[in-house]
Amino acid sequence: MEGLARYIRGIRILDPAHGRDELGDLVLAQGCIQDPQTFPLDQIQEELDGKGLFACPAFIETSFQAHTPGHGRDGDLGSELRAAAAGGFAQVLLRPDTNPVADHPGVLWEQRRLADQEGLLRVHLSAALTHALAGESLSELGRLVDAGARAFSQALQGIPNSRILRLALEYAADLRLPVFLFPEDSTLAAHGVMDEGPTSLRLGLAGRPMAAEEIGVERDLRIAANSGARIHFPHLSSAAAIARVAAARHRGQAVSCAVSLHHLLLQDHDVGYFQTAFKTLPPLRSQTNREALLRALANGAIQALTSAHTPWGRDWKGMTFAQAPFGIGTIEWTIPLALRLVQEGVADLLTVLGLLTVGPARILGLAVPDLRPGSPADLCIIDPDAAVIPASNRWSRAYQNPYVGWPLQGQLRYLFVDGRLVYLHP
Amino acid sequence: MKTWRMGSGDPQRNAQGRLCHLLTLEGLRDVEIIELLDTAASFLDLGSRTVKKIPLLRGRTIVNLFYENSTRTRSTFELAAKRLSADVLNMAIASSSVNKGETLLDTVDNLLAMQVDGFILRHSEAGAAHLLARHLGEQAWVVNAGDGQHAHPTQALLDLFTIRHLVGPIHERVVLILGDVLHSRVARSLIQGLSILGCPQIRVLGPRTLVPPELVHLGVHVFQDDRAALEGVDVLYALRMQKERMDVQPLPSLEEYHRRFGLTPERIRLAAPGAVILHPGPMNRGVELTSELADGPQALILDQVTHGLALRMAVLARLAGGSG
Repeated sequence: MEGLARYIRGIRILDPAHGRDELGDLVLAQGCIQDPQTFPLDQIQEELDGKGLFACPAFIETSFQAHTPGHGRDGDLGSELRAAAAGGFAQVLLRPDTNPVADHPGVLWEQRRLADQEGLLRVHLSAALTHALAGESLSELGRLVDAGARAFSQALQGIPNSRILRLALEYAADLRLPVFLFPEDSTLAAHGVMDEGPTSLRLGLAGRPMAAEEIGVERDLRIAANSGARIHFPHLSSAAAIARVAAARHRGQAVSCAVSLHHLLLQDHDVGYFQTAFKTLPPLRSQTNREALLRALANGAIQALTSAHTPWGRDWKGMTFAQAPFGIGTIEWTIPLALRLVQEGVADLLTVLGLLTVGPARILGLAVPDLRPGSPADLCIIDPDAAVIPASNRWSRAYQNPYVGWPLQGQLRYLFVDGRLVYLHP
Repeated sequence: MKTWRMGSGDPQRNAQGRLCHLLTLEGLRDVEIIELLDTAASFLDLGSRTVKKIPLLRGRTIVNLFYENSTRTRSTFELAAKRLSADVLNMAIASSSVNKGETLLDTVDNLLAMQVDGFILRHSEAGAAHLLARHLGEQAWVVNAGDGQHAHPTQALLDLFTIRHLVGPIHERVVLILGDVLHSRVARSLIQGLSILGCPQIRVLGPRTLVPPELVHLGVHVFQDDRAALEGVDVLYALRMQKERMDVQPLPSLEEYHRRFGLTPERIRLAAPGAVILHPGPMNRGVELTSELADGPQALILDQVTHGLALRMAVLARLAGGSG
């Protein structure tokens, strides 16, 4: 199961864990990165020419909805893991907002069984922090840890009751897993379907004010500070909320935050005339806020990037904007979308790659992925100059794609997981 | 960062830029609106003839697809279509049966299979008409007869017609819209129409919960003080207070609204001499305005209804008369 012994010659090696960016050779064998100086060349079974390509550790996704268990029409572990592989991911954390919700050990056992059956990527499980994610009573967190949970999560649901939040965080603190929260003042957010601003006003759509997220972050930070829990906000949209997280980190609080690529690349105005492809949660915000998010990324205030993968199948295409579900499922376009940030000068390549590898690993308490000899051979080989113009998804069952027609660059050529070739660009 | 953006084509026009649906007034050119208003004027005297029918749309089938209750709009569209000799299919779909499973687009596809030419759609959700138009392309036309809190273009057109016909040139008149602007599709469309026709000042007045300062993004002057708002106004447009569209009460009571913002003979005296009152109906007497004003000579409310018929004929003639 461990793949061929491969020698990759003359490739740009990007290893954000060690700040390494240099031309060199890589050897993958026995599931690990090997030292090209000492590895016996007669054992090499395949050679690859790395000219014009770069190698980096494979990515880790911290917000991944595979609708497993679920109906199947919006994708399942089979379709969505293939999409993740095409996006350069070797590891994903399943979100608990499945149907039924992952609040019972049986759901996690089933997810583990199906993930092992697929055997494609490293799949980590998260458990719903509260029953049915309703924010009213605690799940059996201890049993869920025994069933393999690597994080507790509220997915896209806030906990309106502050007392329940406090109890949940205190109880979770003993179990030493990170707690993923969706910070929002739900009464202020009400039934908003997009950001509250000039576009929602123009379209007559109910708005979701950015203040709702900022109040949520402030409250969650305060309650978590006394609980001993390590918390993570997996998809923040407000630059002001990120500044509050940065201040809490500065005070020494165990908190981190991620931002989705969508919030860095898209804005509320893109909704145009009710384009449901742009409906996501938290909603896309104003251009001013988007520019502030890009500055926060450049300043190191964001610990991870995410595709916030949330696919919805074609059954939903005929829905009005209010009826359509929240979420964008474009994980398979992650590489060209992330490289866009580099090409536009927002951050350098090592920083962006670090936010897809080192950052998520630290949040989840996983070994930090790198390309040193002895580390697992989880890596991407990418052609950074290849032109990519997103169209319909090839792998994910997500029907819509807000990036259709964007002129992008950056194509995954090979993805190795444990030295096995799991994605090969045709 | 310069991000590449999709060309956001106007969904109510075809690739050649021809108007093939009427979904919103946003993006319409002044000449297009004026042409519709002029066509409506030519239909106005038809109602006073003995034979109130012309054969312009003979043989065409139009579906009145109403997912939300309506009296005026549905009946004037029906009458407008019939006066143009089209066949009309009335589909009043109670909002409860929407949840039985069939989506709007599936319903429409079934009707399309019966070879209909166009749809007049009213729906409780913003964007429903755009969704339908995007789905149909040029297979059939769509007129938005009101979608959620988004737009009600034919109401705005008939209001523009009424002002132009009975008050004077729109580019010389100051208009004040009173009431629940935030939740009003009528107000959104009217503001767009007035802007396109060069109205020198569009004012809005009401409590901050219904008339938030952010409305300036729509190109209006926002007033919370009634005396300042009324000064020099030629047209007073009172919106219906729609309690059913408010999930949390933004007002302590309708009585209090009336005390602070309702149109009364005393308040009207603050406006320009000869100022007129418009209302899209149905009216809440004693809330938006007093009965005395509603039934008085300054109110053009029934003229609006008459004009609505002519205007909707003009819209149907424009969309259905052009093709095939």
